Amino acid sequence: MSRERLTVAVWRGAEKGRYQKYEVPRQESQTVLDVITYIQRHIDPSLSYRFACRVGVCGSCAMTVNGSPRWTCRTHVDKVIDDTGQLDVAPLRNFEVIKDLSVDMTDFFDKWAKAKGQFQGSESRHDDFSAVSPDSPQRKVASAGIECIGCGVCYSACDVVAWNKDYLGPAALNRAWTLMNDERDVAGIDRLKAVAGAGGCQACHSQQGCVERCVKHLNPTGAIAGLKRATAIAALKGQLK
Amino acid sequence: MNRPEVTVDVQRETHLWLAQRLSAMVLAFCIIVHLVTIVGAVQGGLSAAEIVDRVAGSGVWFAFYALFVTAIVVHAPIGLRAILSEMTKLSRAWVDLLCFIAATFIAVLGFRVVWGFYTMGGTA
Repeated sequence: MSRERLTVAVWRGAEKGRYQKYEVPRQESQTVLDVITYIQRHIDPSLSYRFACRVGVCGSCAMTVNGSPRWTCRTHVDKVIDDTGQLDVAPLRNFEVIKDLSVDMTDFFDKWAKAKGQFQGSESRHDDFSAVSPDSPQRKVASAGIECIGCGVCYSACDVVAWNKDYLGPAALNRAWTLMNDERDVAGIDRLKAVAGAGGCQACHSQQGCVERCVKHLNPTGAIAGLKRATAIAALKGQLK
Repeated sequence: MNRPEVTVDVQRETHLWLAQRLSAMVLAFCIIVHLVTIVGAVQGGLSAAEIVDRVAGSGVWFAFYALFVTAIVVHAPIGLRAILSEMTKLSRAWVDLLCFIAATFIAVLGFRVVWGFYTMGGTA
C-alpha cells in the first residue's frame, strides 16, 4: 500500500450520467463503502448511496465495483484495485438507477412475491411447534440457500435478467426453492406454477454468474436446477394445469 | 419495449422444456453412432455406392435415422423458440408459428432423405 491517496471514479446521475473523479485518503483495511462514505461526508454531500449495517448483514450497500457487482461494506479496496490503482464505483446493473449509486429495487422484490417467496403454513399459534430434524435431507437443502440477504448482487450479475424482463432472477428462485424444502410449507404446486414457464426456472441458462458473485457463497443455479426437476416431475403428473 | 402481459401455460412450457431435454439425450446417443459411422465409412475412401449398400433396405438403419430425425425435429425448434423469445421482440404467436414452420421444414427434408435411402437400390 504505497499510495497515500486513491483516485476513485464514481457514477453521478441516473440512467444518463457520467463518472466523476475524487481523491480520497488511502487507509489500511479500507472498504469501498468507506471510500464512498468519505466522499459523501468530506467532499460532496450531494452523493446518493444506500447502506445500513456496514458489516455484511443487511444487504443494502451493493454496487458495481470495477465492473463486478459486490457488497461494498465487505469489499476491501486492496482486493479490487489493480496495479494502476483504478477504482470505479457504479450503481448495480439490471436495476433502474434513482440517483448516483442508489437503485430502485421494486422489481427485484416484486419478483420474490411473484415467485411465491412467502412462507405459507397450515398451522396456527394454538398448534405445537413443528419438529424439523436438522439432519433431514430436505432441511439440509433448505439450509443451503437460506442465508440470502437480498442484496441484489446475483440479479445484477445475471445475463438472463438483462435480456428477459419477465425472468424472476436467481434470488427469488433460490428463495422459492428453500420454501419448497420447508416441510411446514404448504404452497407446493401453486409455487411450482409460479416459478415454471417463460420467466421462471426454465429460462435459466446455468451460466452461474449468480454463483460466482453471491456474497454469501450460495448456489442459486443449484436451487434453480432443483426447481427445474420439481416442475418437470409436476408437469409429467399434469399438476401444473 | 416490454411485451404485453400474457398468461403463460406453464404446463405446456414445462412439457416443451422437458421434451427438449429428453430429445437432447436421444441426440447424444444418435450423434455418437453417427460420428462413429462416418469415421468408419471414410476408411479407404467414401463412395455413394458404399452408403447405398449400407442403408438401402436396412430396417435397422431406417429405424435409427428415423429416430435421429425425430429427435432433431423435437429439439431444434424448441431451442429456436427460446432464442427468438429472448433475443427478438416478436410476439409469442409469431415465435410459435416460426418454430412450427422450422419443425415442419426439418421433418419433411429429414424424412425424405431417410425414406429415399431406405427405398433406394437392390434389396428394398
